[in-house]
Amino acid sequence: MLDLTYETPAPKVIAGAKHDWELVIGMEVHAQVSSKAKLFSGASTQFGAEPNSNVAFVDAAMPGMLPVINEFCVEQAVRTGLGLNAEIHLKSAFDRKNYFYPDLPQGYQISQLYEPIVGEGEILVDMGPGVARLVRVERIHLEQDAGKSIHDMDPNMSFVDLNRTGVALMEIVSRPDIRGPEEAAAYVTKLRQILRYLGTCDGNMQNGNLRADVNVSICRPGQYEKYMETQDFGHLGTRCEIKNMNSMRFIQAAIEYEARRQIKILEEGGEVVQETRLYDPDKNETRSMRSKEEAHDYRYFPCPDLLPLEIEQAWVDDIKASLPELPDAKKARFMGDYGLTEYDASVLTADTTSAAYFEQVVSACEDGKLAANWVINELFGRLKTDEKDIADSPLSPAQLGGIIRLIKSDTISGKIAKDVFEIAYTSGRDPEEIVETEGLKQVTDTGAIEAALDQIIADNPAQVEKAKVNPKLAGWFVGQVMKATGGKANPKAVNQLVAQKLGS
Amino acid sequence: MAELNGMTIAAARDALRKGDVTSVELTEACLTAVEGAGALNAFVHHTPEIARAQAAAADARIKAGDAPAMCGIPLGIKDLFCTKGVPSQAASRILEGFKPEYESTVSGKLFDAGAVMLGKLNMDEFAMGSSNETSVYGNAVNPWRRGNDEAALTPGGSSGGSASAVAADLCLAATGTDTGGSIRQPAAFTGITGIKPTYGRCSRWGIVAFASSLDQAGPMTKDVRDAAIMLSAMCGHDPKDSTSADIPVPDFEAMLTGDIKGKKIGIPKEYRMDGMPDEIESLWQDGIAMMRDAGAEIVDISLPHTKYALPAYYVIAPAEASSNLARYDGVRYGHRAKLSHGDGITEMYEKTRAEGFGHEVQRRVMVGTYVLSAGFYDAYYNRARRVRTLIKKDFEDVFAQGIDAILTPATPSAAFGLGEMSDADPVAMYLNDVFTVTVNLAGLPGVAVPAGLDKQGLPLGLQLIGRPWEEGDLLNCAYALEQAAGFVAKPGKWW
Repeated sequence: MLDLTYETPAPKVIAGAKHDWELVIGMEVHAQVSSKAKLFSGASTQFGAEPNSNVAFVDAAMPGMLPVINEFCVEQAVRTGLGLNAEIHLKSAFDRKNYFYPDLPQGYQISQLYEPIVGEGEILVDMGPGVARLVRVERIHLEQDAGKSIHDMDPNMSFVDLNRTGVALMEIVSRPDIRGPEEAAAYVTKLRQILRYLGTCDGNMQNGNLRADVNVSICRPGQYEKYMETQDFGHLGTRCEIKNMNSMRFIQAAIEYEARRQIKILEEGGEVVQETRLYDPDKNETRSMRSKEEAHDYRYFPCPDLLPLEIEQAWVDDIKASLPELPDAKKARFMGDYGLTEYDASVLTADTTSAAYFEQVVSACEDGKLAANWVINELFGRLKTDEKDIADSPLSPAQLGGIIRLIKSDTISGKIAKDVFEIAYTSGRDPEEIVETEGLKQVTDTGAIEAALDQIIADNPAQVEKAKVNPKLAGWFVGQVMKATGGKANPKAVNQLVAQKLGS
Repeated sequence: MAELNGMTIAAARDALRKGDVTSVELTEACLTAVEGAGALNAFVHHTPEIARAQAAAADARIKAGDAPAMCGIPLGIKDLFCTKGVPSQAASRILEGFKPEYESTVSGKLFDAGAVMLGKLNMDEFAMGSSNETSVYGNAVNPWRRGNDEAALTPGGSSGGSASAVAADLCLAATGTDTGGSIRQPAAFTGITGIKPTYGRCSRWGIVAFASSLDQAGPMTKDVRDAAIMLSAMCGHDPKDSTSADIPVPDFEAMLTGDIKGKKIGIPKEYRMDGMPDEIESLWQDGIAMMRDAGAEIVDISLPHTKYALPAYYVIAPAEASSNLARYDGVRYGHRAKLSHGDGITEMYEKTRAEGFGHEVQRRVMVGTYVLSAGFYDAYYNRARRVRTLIKKDFEDVFAQGIDAILTPATPSAAFGLGEMSDADPVAMYLNDVFTVTVNLAGLPGVAVPAGLDKQGLPLGLQLIGRPWEEGDLLNCAYALEQAAGFVAKPGKWW
């Protein structure tokens, strides 16, 4: 495996009216644990069910009902922690975060404030070949999701759907190490990629299974470095938290807007107020939701219904042993074993399905570089046209491998291969059979090529004279031969013969 | 044979098995007694149809030879227990009309063993109180009176209805719950036996929560043997309660030998409170003498952090309660205030909770909210937790010295008059728990046993505190004390 080294990207600098400003961003990502049952009840987590159909007594906070931890969810949090090279806490504990809201039946959310299950970890955020930001993860804790309040069904009433209530979330909290809107989106992309590799969260942002709270502040160049040296937040600006973002595009737009808003305030001599803000994608602006003064006093305290969560090192070790190859390792291996560029390796390791497809193609054709070219340029392009996912590719890795094998054995040219690809893609037929049946085999018989060339020379004496003066015109004769043979002539043989006959 | 409803569980069990009596007969006797005892206001929901059906089923089981000890025994169930299809209101207006779709683990275990439910018993609202006066149903009344004085006395609280019903022979036994003394204090006030087992012995699942780290269910019975029999049926591991202990439940009754020779009984000097009535002090001395006479070794011990227990308790319990009671918001079940035009969610919460909760509950919710709030958390809640750890360690230290059980008064006084404390500072009422809260804070088992009468003829109780999970030994000590005290007095029937 290659040991890759990366350059740190430059922070985003925004020129204000008076100064340059840098961005400092920290993220709290809420990732729904891929679990069929909720964190503390056996109710289903199925998306899109009838309102209030996935609700256990404890989810509805009926009197006397008690939470019981779902061990599978704990395992997924540990797995995620291990996937982020994080410290796993063998002892953690649950706390209650108290506030009133109709979609929070208990009147508190069970979370882990004081003793989270996962401690310090890190995520390498790729920002293009050779460039990446190492973002520190502060902690991951398990907590309950809230339900959904519905205010637009009736003019006089609000409704509550408790299906989401109690669903397990992992809150993944980063340090303020992200330095620009693009990095923020790349951070979420990379985190989602890792979660999907691990299988601990499906990362579906439309369904709200992955949401981010984004903390944005700005500072003058040089301040961030002081913060990093001392870990003293005093060197940084006052942050605002933009809540509940569920699109990469909106994350970037919201940060961009928020940074400019803060710059304007500071340059006009004002002060940024620490507060929670909401992003409005229609107006592309953030709006104050509540200030620090209005902030809830959550009255956190240890949840007396649950004993501290104690797990065994041996169990953690077992989970560690079962971890899949993760994106960074896979990318390095693709580069090392198959000689791929970092770009190609990144594209192919974006998700496990693509990576697995690619590796099956390689094993069918034994040529990593060609396989990468064909998967990325031809297959992905074709799938995109059809709006299909790699998982639903009509062309199997064996078929694509077969096409590449035919190229490598000089049976067909690269150009013909594209035709074969199209036929195989649409019909599902075997590439060898296609070449055979359609008579697409490359002509390497120099006699036939020579005959065609002689005819062309005889028909075009003026061109021959010109070509003798200007050897670049040889290409015209090659083209004519290819045309005469229906593209099947071996281009190498044609080139050789043309050069020979024209004496250039 | 005494009146059927006056029987102990043990006597009834034996008579049922011999065929001398049927559960239906026992149940009818109790239903009649309940009917005639409206003045006690002990039962707040009557379930005669359920009782008769359960009694008939129990008789069939007994006939078939499949009869656990509790089979056919008519019980009252504290209103804090959720009982399927039966109003379960925690004596609060906020749970008006609430009938759970589920049965609490403890009541379920009793009914599975064949016990019969006569109805739901009065209590302080959400188990917050020491006199049963905070109940939405109005107070239960103690069947005992001071001599010929007709003044109504409190049965204690919060399990006041349970205590009144058992003392007045309306049922053979009752369930109670104890967060700071709610089984032991009313037991002492009414001359019956009540045990709060080790925290984690009884499942809390389906019991309306007051303070989750302190709440425990337990039996309230006519004597120690009954407490042993009923406790065995109530406890056991429940995977639905994460704080329930997965340890075997012994046959507590089998451990009642009455032999306590060589047992070391600790007498904590810190339980000798300033201003404690002489009668309590002399009762305690009598108890010490009885234990000594029974062959126990009496050892003076120190539990140095005792004086901090009550303040710590009145921080921790309200803190947990403020969170546990947040769910009563008028959104999903129970009472919802009638709203005015333009009222929003905040008004719904405020009006509903103002109407639904009584004053004592409101006071504790506010205290609890305050002690958990930013800026006060460390000074109150965290400090109280540290005190709790020290109190627990006090007990661990004396048990490590070889002490088997600790003997203390159960209450600082006999039952007081209803309304007597109404003008007092709420803290005066909280002092009722002074001998009992330490046991909840430390999670230990504690039992109250009637040991004598005061000058006015009111029962007084002593408390024995045991090692964790050793309820069998503790009950045996209580049994020896009961034998020695020979408490047989009953309240004269005036209701």
